[in-house]
Order: sequence, then structure tokens, then C-alpha cells
Amino acid sequence: MKRRTFLKKTAFTTAGSLLIPQFLKAYEQKHFGQKPLNDKILVVIQLSGGNDGLNTVVPFRNDIYYRERPSIAINQNNVLRLNDEIGFNPALEKIKELYDNGLVSVINNVGYPNPDRSHFRSMDIWQTGSSSEEYLSSGWIGRYLDAQCIGQSCLPHQALEIDDTLSLALKGQQVNGLSLQNPEKLYRQTQSAFVKTLTDIPAADNHDNVAYLYKTLAETVSSAEYVHTKAKVNKSRMMYPTTELGKRLNTIAELITSGVSTSVYYVSLSGFDTHIRQNDQQDRLLRQYAEAVNVFVNDMKANSRLDDVMVLTFSEFGRRVKQNASSGTDHGTANNVFLIGGPKRTRPILNEAPDLTNLDNGDLKYSIDFREVYATLLDDWLHTDSTKILTQKFNKLPLF
Amino acid sequence: MDAIQHQRTIQHLFWRAGFGASPSEVQKAMSMSRLQLVKSLFRDSSHLKLLEQVSDTPAQNLKNLRQAVKQNAGGSREDLRDKLKLMAQERRENISTLNDAWVAQMGNEAYAFREKMALFWHNHFACRSRAVGFIQQQNNTLRTHALGKFGDLLMAVSKDAAMLQFLNNQQNRKRSPNENFAREVMELFTLGRGQYTEQDIKEAARAFTGWGFNINGDFIFRENFHDNGLKTIFGKSGNYKGEDVIEMLLANPKTAQHISTKIYRAFVNEKVDEAHVTAMAKRFYHSQYDIADLMEYVFTSDWFYHSVNIGAQIKSPVEYLSGLQRTFNLNFVDKTPVLYTQKILGQVLFNPPNVAGWPGGKAWIDSSSLLSRLQLPSVLFRNETINVSVKESGDVNEEKLVRKNKFEINMNWQDFAHSFESIPDSALCKTLASYLLQVPINDATIKRIENKVSAPERSETVKQLCISLMSTLEYQVC
Repeated sequence: MKRRTFLKKTAFTTAGSLLIPQFLKAYEQKHFGQKPLNDKILVVIQLSGGNDGLNTVVPFRNDIYYRERPSIAINQNNVLRLNDEIGFNPALEKIKELYDNGLVSVINNVGYPNPDRSHFRSMDIWQTGSSSEEYLSSGWIGRYLDAQCIGQSCLPHQALEIDDTLSLALKGQQVNGLSLQNPEKLYRQTQSAFVKTLTDIPAADNHDNVAYLYKTLAETVSSAEYVHTKAKVNKSRMMYPTTELGKRLNTIAELITSGVSTSVYYVSLSGFDTHIRQNDQQDRLLRQYAEAVNVFVNDMKANSRLDDVMVLTFSEFGRRVKQNASSGTDHGTANNVFLIGGPKRTRPILNEAPDLTNLDNGDLKYSIDFREVYATLLDDWLHTDSTKILTQKFNKLPLF
Repeated sequence: MDAIQHQRTIQHLFWRAGFGASPSEVQKAMSMSRLQLVKSLFRDSSHLKLLEQVSDTPAQNLKNLRQAVKQNAGGSREDLRDKLKLMAQERRENISTLNDAWVAQMGNEAYAFREKMALFWHNHFACRSRAVGFIQQQNNTLRTHALGKFGDLLMAVSKDAAMLQFLNNQQNRKRSPNENFAREVMELFTLGRGQYTEQDIKEAARAFTGWGFNINGDFIFRENFHDNGLKTIFGKSGNYKGEDVIEMLLANPKTAQHISTKIYRAFVNEKVDEAHVTAMAKRFYHSQYDIADLMEYVFTSDWFYHSVNIGAQIKSPVEYLSGLQRTFNLNFVDKTPVLYTQKILGQVLFNPPNVAGWPGGKAWIDSSSLLSRLQLPSVLFRNETINVSVKESGDVNEEKLVRKNKFEINMNWQDFAHSFESIPDSALCKTLASYLLQVPINDATIKRIENKVSAPERSETVKQLCISLMSTLEYQVC
């Protein structure tokens, strides 16, 4: 069956009466007219486990830092200096390279009021964009999808997570993003004869949830088909590291350069919960991160897409100022956030370095709410209305 | 009512008051009246079997060890690290054991209703803790009071070590009140949002000061941490203690309304019918919060059996897994894939995402979880592998799941097929569908499935038909 006929067939026959002509229209428009939601792309890299911000961006002139971290502080001479106060961990050499080219913003002291030191809860807060007193069951990127889809049907692949399972961040109230380890794998899963049967024959029942299941499957099949077809267009010429993150960023690069109409990509790198012997572990992970991002940015540049692609890196919390007895650090609060790519920076270091003399029970105080970062990206990068997505107005940062 | 409809209403009760039932149980129940069947469920629920898999007091061991690490005493650092690792591993094994035991208990006919209630309360009083002993203790508290008086349940959970720890009441002291518990007890456990002021929370937190637990997980009232002063809560003033606040929360009919709404959403339909819920709340309040009475009222109401409510829910991952045990009388021999499946599908027992519990309903379904669900029956019965990796939270203490993606189960297809001996081949697929699916399925799908399956033996045919029927979207609802 030809792809178009297949699509028409699936689209018309699934989900019974459910908004199908519109769905098809939206599909046609997006896939054959090839106009993405937005020409700007956001790539989110989540560092899971709580990355130690103070050993990532090191306050190398600060005596308190060296006093509180006798066995894990980064030697002043090894720090990759950004100004006369702070510098990168030497494992971030490849990020420093990008920084020197004006492609990196460092935002210090990002957090939220009444910080929660549980991994799960704090990650929940970052992914949903909630305060620490509220519990949301949708993510900020999911709600971004919702906001884009009002009045028209839209497809999950407009927000893509490169993984097997979907994070809360990409779950909306109306629409969910799509997760895939790679386009080929998802395509194979949706092409089984039985899945086809399911999408061919309409539901005999009109419960709301049954309709929802049919709609989800139809959209998954269409999106998988679309991404799979598009992704074949362009293969990366760059040599990506063979790490998990390297492979995933490679997949994202191919999707972007192939012209897939995805606005937000999401990937995670885990292992930052460094309670014991921190430095070996963090060093290894930061190096992995830096090397993969460096190739990715250069790939975008080589394809003339760098102006349209922004990489946001965050972690659910930073770590305590004082090291623990096992040459590690325990859960803390405020942390730094990186924005890489996009237009050249006029203010590569957005704000003041952490104040180690003014702590809250041994933890850093935040000065920028993480939702201000989200709001700025939503309004000024993705050109949408952040107040709808974050349910309140946040100050915007002079990022671009 | 035609036979299939009648059968579905019976299965409806089995699904909502438990995790479904095997075809032979359903056939037996077909000859009973609705009331008789409800009564028999309540009779079964009088069985109370506690989970007793975890016997140690992990909190004590952990504390000693942490202390030792801190002081760097007794042995080399490597020794200590190894010990710490071992402890963490034991703790994980314990929580997995507890998970296995609970899933197994849900699969037992005699316990199913009480376990379903315990699962509801686990989601209502959502809590996590590293101290497995505390978790087991809390879970047994939920089980014990699952069908008793809500007031007793609320008091017991509020004084429970895991909850006191989770909501930081151990740190709630006269000089530095911690409002976490006071807030959640109002917002999530009783009144619901918008029924109290911030001032009420502040004052109530003072009443709960001094509530704590000891290393064995027993409740202790630490008088010297308690704020004896005058508090004004909900417009009344007094030298209130925590118990007084709980009383006030129960005296407010909004609590009955809030709990009834949650019960309705979980046991009847996510879409709330205000009239039904109001009737439930009234009855609940006037019975002094008798949970068994409320559930009996729901299960014997005509509206419970309306077609709009049958098949209206998306099975939670735990309902899905427990449903397999109940429908097919199967046992999971190797438990690891059971835990793995909970992870992939997004609901791990004892690991609710936060104190608000699992959002449930449509939130169970996204493209990946749906594709995994559609593939599961083949993984289960055809020895296929699940090719899905689980995301790591990044927490070093969390279990790194060894990829265990093949199921090992105990199940007898001949026994299962026995229930369908008198059904002619031509009606077999449709009949199986009526037992496995709570909503009608398109005849065209039945036709395709029939055409696909051909086996020399009846039990093999039954098996293949079941796998196909379970791989449908209709199987995801109950």
C-alpha cells in the first residue's frame, strides 16, 4: 500500500467519529506542506541524580569553597576560567570551546522557593513546572504541545523524547509527546500485522477512554511512520561519541537536519547522585556530556541550523556546599543551568556567582526561579505564550 | 438484559471490587443474585492476611552504619563502602520482596476485595520511604482498616512512622514548626483544596508538633517538642493537640464529600456524577465514615451497573498484572519481570510519584506505554522479549533493574479451556471476548483474529485466541 493511501485509510477508519478529517488535514499540512510549528528548536538535556553545580562551574577564587571541600574541590590551576571568579570543571573542555565561540550562557543560582531535596519530588517540580506546594500531572513541554494544538489536531512527534519511555515533562493535558529510542525501532513496533489490524478497524464502543486509546494508537502509528520516513533523508557526517548520549544526540541531529517538524527534543543522562567518591564519577559524566554536545553543536553549524537550535541543560537540584565524609556530596538546592546554541551571546554569564557566605542551612539560595528560564524560552525562543503554559507570569531573563 | 450483558455486569463487579475473575468463577456467579454476590465479596473480605515478609528493623542498622561511615571508624573505608552497598542491596531486595508479596496477594480470590481497597488507600495516602519495615507496617495499617472506619484509618496513618517521616512531622517542633503534614492532611487526605486557609494550616501544624516515631516505627508523642499554646483552627480556639485536629477534619462534611468523590472516581467512573456522589457522601458521613457500608451502597446501587460505567476505566498497571493472575489463575514464578512491567507501564507499588498519588486514567497511556501493553500478552505467553529499557532516576539508592524481560509463569491452558468445552468452534472467539473484554469489540476484529488462529488442539486454539484478544485496545479497559 502506498503511504498516502495507508494514511488515509488508517486515519479515516480509526477512532470512529473522532475529529478525523481535521486530524488528516493537520497531518497533510504538516507532512506535505512541511511547515513545522515553529522554526526554532529546543533540545532539553536532563542530568538525572542532582549534578553538583559547584564542581561544574567552579568558584575558584572562593576560600569557603576550598575550605568546605578539602578532598573534592577542583584545583584552581585546572579550572577553565570564564572570568576572574568562576570557571568550568576541566572535564567540560569541549563546552569551554563552545563558550569561547559565544555559544554558551551560564545561568547561576537557579532553583525555586522551599526546595525539596528528594530526587523524585524535585524532578517532578522541574518537569511539571510547578511550585513545591502543588502537584501537577502534566509536564511543561506537554502543556506547550497542548497550547500549540488548540483548535486543531496535532501529532505527538512535535515533542520527541529519545528514550523508550515518556517522561512526565512531555505529557500534556490533551496531547502527549512521543518517545522513541530510534525511529527504526518504533516503526517496526507499529508495523506489526496486528497493530495494523487494530488501526484498520474502528471501535465498536463509544466510551471516552476507548476513543482515547484508538486515537493514541492512530497518532502513534502515523507519527512513527512519518518520523521513520523523514529520518532517512539525512545521515550525520559527524563522528559522534559512542556513548548513549552521543547516540541520542546523533538521532536528534538527523531528525533536525532531515526537516522533521519537531519543536522540542528531550534526552536524559543519569548517574549524578554522587554521594561517594564524587570526582571520578562526575568527571566521567561531564566529559561524556561535553563531548556529545560539542559534536552536536558543530553538526548543527555545519548544516546551517545552529541559529535555530538551543540546548537547555538542567538537573533536579545541586548539592550541598560542604562535602560529606565519603568524598561525595549530599542533596542540595540551587544549581546552574546552561543554554547552548542559538544566536551569539552578549552576556555569556547571566548573573552573579553563588554566594557561599549566605547559605540556607548549608545550601545555596536561589536567585532565579527555573520557571523564569522556561518562560523566557517559551516566549522568546518558541514564540508562544508562557503564561498559558506555566499558569502564571514569570519574569523574563535577558537571554538573547 | 441479554446473557452477555448480564455476564459483563458480573465481571464489572469483580473488576471494581477486585481484579477481575476467572471464567469459571464468573460462570458460578451468574446464577447468584447481585446482592448475594456482593454479600459473598464482603464475606471473603473478612479474611485479613498481613504482609510479614520484612522482619528486621532496617532503620536501626542503617543509622548505625551511617554513623560509622561518618566517623570513619571500624575498618577501612573500602570495608565501609562495601557494607553500605550491601545494606542498600538488602533494602532493595526487601522492597522487591514486599512488592512481589503484595502482587501475589492481589491475585488471591479470597483477598482480592480487601487488597483492592488497600491499593486505593495506598494511592490516597501516597507515601514512600527507604525504611522497608516502616513501609510494610504502613501497608498493613491500610489493609487492616481498609474496610473499617475512615476515622480510625486516618488516625492510624497520621501516627504511622512512614507517613510522619515522609511528611516531615518528625521535624515539626514547637520552635520550628514544619507545615508539610498539616497541609497534606487537609488538602489531600480529608477536606480537599480550597476548604481551609493558610492560617488554618499554620495553626494545625502547631497542634501536630511533637508527633514522631521511634526506631521501631512506634508512634511517640514528644511532649517537650509540643506547642501547648492556644491555637485557632477553623474559627475555633483551644489548646489543641493533633488528635483534636483530626476530629475537626472528620466533623467537617467536606471530608465525606472529598473521600466519596475519590471513591467514585476510582471504583465507578472518572467522570463524576454529582448526584450519586452527594448521596454517597451523605451516607458516609451519617454512618460515622463506615467504609464497608459505603462500598456496599455503591456496589448495590443500580447506577453502578449502568453501561456508561462498565468498561469505563483504563486498567492501572497493577490492575492489569493482578488481573492476569485472577483471570487466568496464573502465578508469576520469576517476579523480576513483574516489577519490570510495573516500571515500564508507570506504576511501581510503594513508589507513588508524590504524595498526591498516581494521576491515573488517561495518564496511564502514552504512545510507549500503549505499545508495551499491546505487546505484553505475547511476551507473557509466547516467550517474546520486552525490548524496552527503563529510565534511571539517577538516585544511587534506587534499584538498577537487571533487564529481565522474559516472563516465567505457571498456568494451565487445559484447565482454562475447560470452561469453554461446550462452546462450538464457531462461537469460541466471541465467547472468549465476552470474558476478556468489558466493552464490545468490532465483529471485523473478531473475524480477523479467527482467521489468524489455527491450532490442532483446543487448548492451544484458546490460548492463541486469548493472546490476540488481550492484544487489543479493548483489553486495556475494565
